Amino acid sequence: MQDLDSFRQQVRQWLEANCPQSQRQPITPQDQYWGGRRSTFPSADARLWFERMREQGWIVPEWPTEYGGGGLSDEQARVIKQEMKRIKARTPLYGIGIWMLGPALLEYGNEAQKQQHLPAIINGASRWAQGYSEPGAGSDLASLQCKAEDMGDHFLVNGSKIWTTAADRCDWIFCLVRTDPLAKQQEGISFLLIDMDDPGVSTTPIALISGESEFCQTFFDNVKVPKDNLVGELNKGWSVAKALLVHERKLMAEMGSDSPRQVVAPNAAARQYLEFEQGKIADARIRSDLVDYDMTMHAIGLTHFRCFEEKTHKLRSAAPLVMKLVGTEAEKTRSELLLAIMGSRGLGWEGEGFSAQEIDTLRLWAMSKAMTIAGGSSEVQLNVIAKSVLELPQSKG
Amino acid sequence: MALVLNEEQRLLRDTAREFLSKQAPVSALRKLRDDRDPLGYDPGLWQQMTELGWASIILPEEYGGLDFGFTGLGVILEECGRTLAASPLLATAAVGASAILLGGNSEQKQALLPSLATGKLSLALALEESHHHRPHTISTRARREGDDFIIDGHKVFVADGHSADQLIVVARSSGESADPQGLTLLLVARDAQGLSCQRTLMADSRNAANIQFEQVRVNADCVLGEIDQGWHVLEPVLDRGRVALAAEMMGLALEAFERTIAYLKERKQFGVFIGSFQALQHRSAQLQAELELCRSVILQALSCVDETPEQLPLLASLAKARLNELVKIVTNEAVQMHGGIGVTDELEIGFFLKRARVQMQLFGDTGFHKDRYATLCGY
Repeated sequence: MQDLDSFRQQVRQWLEANCPQSQRQPITPQDQYWGGRRSTFPSADARLWFERMREQGWIVPEWPTEYGGGGLSDEQARVIKQEMKRIKARTPLYGIGIWMLGPALLEYGNEAQKQQHLPAIINGASRWAQGYSEPGAGSDLASLQCKAEDMGDHFLVNGSKIWTTAADRCDWIFCLVRTDPLAKQQEGISFLLIDMDDPGVSTTPIALISGESEFCQTFFDNVKVPKDNLVGELNKGWSVAKALLVHERKLMAEMGSDSPRQVVAPNAAARQYLEFEQGKIADARIRSDLVDYDMTMHAIGLTHFRCFEEKTHKLRSAAPLVMKLVGTEAEKTRSELLLAIMGSRGLGWEGEGFSAQEIDTLRLWAMSKAMTIAGGSSEVQLNVIAKSVLELPQSKG
Repeated sequence: MALVLNEEQRLLRDTAREFLSKQAPVSALRKLRDDRDPLGYDPGLWQQMTELGWASIILPEEYGGLDFGFTGLGVILEECGRTLAASPLLATAAVGASAILLGGNSEQKQALLPSLATGKLSLALALEESHHHRPHTISTRARREGDDFIIDGHKVFVADGHSADQLIVVARSSGESADPQGLTLLLVARDAQGLSCQRTLMADSRNAANIQFEQVRVNADCVLGEIDQGWHVLEPVLDRGRVALAAEMMGLALEAFERTIAYLKERKQFGVFIGSFQALQHRSAQLQAELELCRSVILQALSCVDETPEQLPLLASLAKARLNELVKIVTNEAVQMHGGIGVTDELEIGFFLKRARVQMQLFGDTGFHKDRYATLCGY
């Protein structure tokens, strides 16, 4: 404890001395740095902040130093996160390379793969996309058809991947591909890293109900992929994917509390948009819905802490398995609640007559609908809980 | 270390579970009910519980206590919730002990706590006057007369009221009916002259009473805390009671849920286990998710009693509101998923359903605690 306290002091001092004032402001989507060949720094200060953090090894403090991490413990990494949050320091580098691929490579990748990709992620040299879902394989991910044929010295990849986040700005994509068409569904799948500059790879953005095009569809037409890019064993990609899904769900569960966008708290919006009588929100139904939401978020926040403490003490519980479900459902509830609180002011799509934040709230409302679908829909989450926590018999339907 | 149990606490939980499953299973409550037991609990069981130190678990060692902290008490109450064990534990060891600890002067603590620790003294909080929890809407009067107070009024829904040795009576010594100021807490012997007690039989087959005070005379040294300032003791005592009760509710919910899941794996209809139906799987999984959130809330609320009491009002209301809703949905689903047998008296699940309804009203229903939480949040 003493060590952690003195570590906290060091972190505090370092951040105070090194985090530029401009990087202590709430971040907007335009201010984020995602790295990669197609990306530039949003400002000189953002670059300075990123470089200082990189030199310090704090871009991903818990990764080993030989791959550019800080070699720190989970507890120390959490202290850094807390101290950054305390001074509202911006996240210097975003990306699913950090959040998802990196942890999977550390567990399943070979030494060459770790050396090639982990420092590149931390240095901001490569930005990653995820290639899991296909037009015909959404919640039923294991039915995927994108195939990689063994051509002796390379794989030949054909097919397409959908919901590839920001793939039009990414350098690499990690994909689940079918390598054995005869094997039972989950058994013939492999985990492959593909350079998006390779001939035959193309990407098109998909317009969403939120008006944004964060997601893309990526096509593979006779793409030659070196065999060295296979992660884990051939036909055993499903276990890599499952480990990675855990990181994705954890990330999505936490997104509400750690969103890069300016998330409006419903109880703050209530003060701005609702009438009060004797210190209470006059609309009893909205007040009731709001307190339900605040209580749920309070309980979810405590459960995140519990998950962390259980991990630290090497205790197991079912809590991590429910977080994606409750986190994303709460996110949807929040958005609906904000619309109820804002009335017609919450319906502005673009242009004059509405503040930027009002419009953004509506766009986020539309986006929140994707949260309970992506990364394993809420229904899939319920199936997982029924199967792996409650151990109920296999569903027939 | 707030959100996981330490090794000692886990050991305490295991001991309590083993003891209660043998000594106080649900069948023991059924027997008390069917025998129309006048006391409503088994004094032999209570004696054993006090020998294990459960009555004194939150008391400092100087009063013969275990000084194990509120989380320890919560761990035991949760296990009591699993078997619906009838005992004075909640009213005496959680609520009564807290009232004396927080409100009592050193003479009162010396006089009462050691006998509370050994199970010789049981307590009950005489608070409610209407059929809803309105903790500072009090009309029972405590009128000063020389060195004495004269108490007149009527109390309802007094848990353990007919069996406790002493009552902690919330009375108005000044001010208007709904004013939190002007309340005084008084210790009154249950056999005091002018006090009449009517035991009520409620859904849960446990103990509650209506109590009438007519010119009940007590000496002013029976005042717990300051005259007219009783609210400053009562509010934290109620919050501790809410958290302790919420822990018991957690145990009730877990047990009813686990019994239901086990049933889904053994009952066959249409040639398959009913647990294979997705309609039931998803509802069960939703309950599991809610149980996980409530587990974190309970652990935090219990530890904040000792560690961060300034956060107790918010956490107590969070815990009571969430657990109210949890036991309601879990017990309703438990009955529904058991099907026809779920509505028979033979199956024990009905005892869980009924105890849950009493728990939901005790120390404040969901509406009360949602309103309080919202008010504490400033809206």
